[in-house]
Amino acid sequence: MTEFSLLSPIQGQKGVQGIIVANSEGIPIKSTLDNSSTVQYAGLIHQLVMKARSTIRDIDPQNDLTFMRVRSKKNEIMIAPDKDFFLIVIQNPSD
Amino acid sequence: MPVPNNNAAFARKGSNVQKVPGAKSTKAATKKKDEEEAVETGTGWEEWSQGKALVRPPDQMELTEAELKEENTRILTANNPHAPQNIVRYSFKERSYKPINIVDQMAVHFVLEGSLVHQDSEEARKLGVKEGLAQEIATVDATAESEEEKAETSVNPAVDGGDVEEAGDEDRPDSAASRINKKEPKVTNQFNFSDRASQTLNNPMRDRICQTEPPPRSSFSATANQWEIYDAYVQELQKQEKNKEKQKGTHSHKDNGKSKKVMPMETQSEDVTKWTMASKILERTISQNTFDDIAQDFKYFEDASDEFREQEGTLLPLWKFQYDKAKTLSVTALCWNNKYQDLFAVGLGSYDFSRQGCGMLLFYSLKNPAFPEYIYPTSSGVMCLDIHVQYFHLVAVGFYNGCVAVYSLKEEGREPVYKSTAKTGKHTDPVWQVHWQSDDMDSNHNFYSVSSDGRVVSWTLVKNELVFTDIIRLTLTGAVSEGPKGAQAPSIASGTSFDFHKQIDYMFLVGTEEGKIHKCSKTYSSQFLETYDAHSMAVDTVKWNYFHPKVFVSCSSDWTVKIWDHTINTPMFVFDLQAAVGDVAWSPYSSTVFAAVTTDGTVHVFDLNVNKYEAICQQLVVDKKKTKLTHVEFNPIHPVIIVGDDRGYVTSFKLSPNLRKKPKAKKGHELPKGPEVEVAKMEKLLSLLREPDQNSG
Repeated sequence: MTEFSLLSPIQGQKGVQGIIVANSEGIPIKSTLDNSSTVQYAGLIHQLVMKARSTIRDIDPQNDLTFMRVRSKKNEIMIAPDKDFFLIVIQNPSD
Repeated sequence: MPVPNNNAAFARKGSNVQKVPGAKSTKAATKKKDEEEAVETGTGWEEWSQGKALVRPPDQMELTEAELKEENTRILTANNPHAPQNIVRYSFKERSYKPINIVDQMAVHFVLEGSLVHQDSEEARKLGVKEGLAQEIATVDATAESEEEKAETSVNPAVDGGDVEEAGDEDRPDSAASRINKKEPKVTNQFNFSDRASQTLNNPMRDRICQTEPPPRSSFSATANQWEIYDAYVQELQKQEKNKEKQKGTHSHKDNGKSKKVMPMETQSEDVTKWTMASKILERTISQNTFDDIAQDFKYFEDASDEFREQEGTLLPLWKFQYDKAKTLSVTALCWNNKYQDLFAVGLGSYDFSRQGCGMLLFYSLKNPAFPEYIYPTSSGVMCLDIHVQYFHLVAVGFYNGCVAVYSLKEEGREPVYKSTAKTGKHTDPVWQVHWQSDDMDSNHNFYSVSSDGRVVSWTLVKNELVFTDIIRLTLTGAVSEGPKGAQAPSIASGTSFDFHKQIDYMFLVGTEEGKIHKCSKTYSSQFLETYDAHSMAVDTVKWNYFHPKVFVSCSSDWTVKIWDHTINTPMFVFDLQAAVGDVAWSPYSSTVFAAVTTDGTVHVFDLNVNKYEAICQQLVVDKKKTKLTHVEFNPIHPVIIVGDDRGYVTSFKLSPNLRKKPKAKKGHELPKGPEVEVAKMEKLLSLLREPDQNSG
């Protein structure tokens, strides 16, 4: 319930195309997208996040990745990794 | 009889065998046999010679007559030709080898143990008796039908009985006797016997193989990064620390029990906070994207047209803050956070006193206009609030029901950390303003509140309770009594606002519902230092100038804003804004700039240095008919004001360059900066006014 109430303001935002919550293995827990694209996004972004995190942590082990935004031609993917899961939001800023 | 028959056959064969070699056996043992044979052969030979012609073997030698007649004489000796003749034995007597002359000459060619028994011998008689007995027993047992037969068998000797029975056998195959005969054990024929073996079919060989499922295999590979090693060490350290704590914990069991009870709650809330962190970041980024243009404006936009309008400025609307649940409430208080300049608090309640209900305390950040950062629903309408200047997580709130409370942003949950109750001196009327004070001598946090019950109360946060001290009771001293009603409440004046002097610690101003402003001291609770007959209606706000120590501003629903020098009890400036003034605020960057909001939805910005008579900006910012503006507040750093209205909205505006203009630098002069300059600027204005004032006075 708390999850929903926390995410609902995000979903209401302008240009937000989808929200995915995935666990640390990259398995989607919650999503507003359809099944196939959810799995695709979660799987691919999980790899990306892991790589990014290990890069940051390799540079300084005490440091950690907190947020990542990937800007593309069509949209922007924002990833907020956490200890046990990570949040993905796909937004089209020009909408 | 089978046995004698067999014997007869044997005898015949035996005789044949002996005839062919034609040699007389030398053995004494065989002599007896020969005699027996001779008896029988007499009859056997006759039969043979009579019935059959001579048959010659094909390879028989053909001999001539002469040869046949030739006599070969052979002398038979008793010497064994194979016996050794030169056997020597060592004689111990003579000590030499001696030949032995006497050699055993016997040679055995054939030995056969016979089973023949002589007819007349004792043995034969015994055998005969035995056989006869066996027959008798059998017949007695089996045949019960014919007594004649019985009689015959019993009378006749054994041999005769056998004949009779043989005949009976033919007649009646069923007879018991015949059965007995058949049952007699068959003796194997010694001469005509052959072993017969047969091989059965071998079952064909079959291979049967089955394969089990191979045990699951998995290949594991990993690389150790620097940070993984670091994590492992950190975990190990934490474990060690925990172990240490456990060892300590065993000493105090009671504490453990308590903490355990709390644990599940904590973990739950932790989960929620985890969510909030990640989602907060995301929310802010999303709103940064969506409100990118506004963010750009906030940072970089400067109204270029200001250069052509020397005297006037404009307000650029930025974000609009709204919260669905607060739509029915009106903004009753605004306060910026001193530390985080993007964060401000909004108190929500109602000024319509016939429709009071619950209230709300919200915290918004400029970074996220879509959703409040913190939400504290309250049971009574919030009328005022103040954020502590140093301890910016502490928020003092005054409620419509007279309570004051302190919220802490650090605490989980939506309840205040301190709250006044009826016992602990809560106000009996709405609390109109609260204000944090610097810590007292015991370094306890404390704040003041003013209410329309006429009290100004100091609240001190001691441990977990609020301790109150009445500072002053407002009275209507010097006020004209209001007819018969005044008799009942002559002593109480309702405070609606107050403000503490920025430099002089003890001095503060209280605005009352009657329109008077009292200058009070914390130390004198009995009397006012000064009373200003300021307004004809309730004083909504009274505020000291940030720079000039003497100047304060007041506003009222009587449409006016007045600027005062606290040493002079007449206003220095009076501005009529053509509508009830909700709030007025000094700017933190200039001593001469202030903003006021009116109920007709207009924001007025004054710069006394630019124009002493009119506002340099009058801008309608909301729907004139529907919405009333209630409060205004300057951001401490950025050139931004926030304006609250009675529909729960808070709108932020950027001040155009003209509204924050610095005095023009004179040629060759470095433009001086700092509070002294601001004070001087105000002082200059005041001195201009004082002179005509004094002249007129």
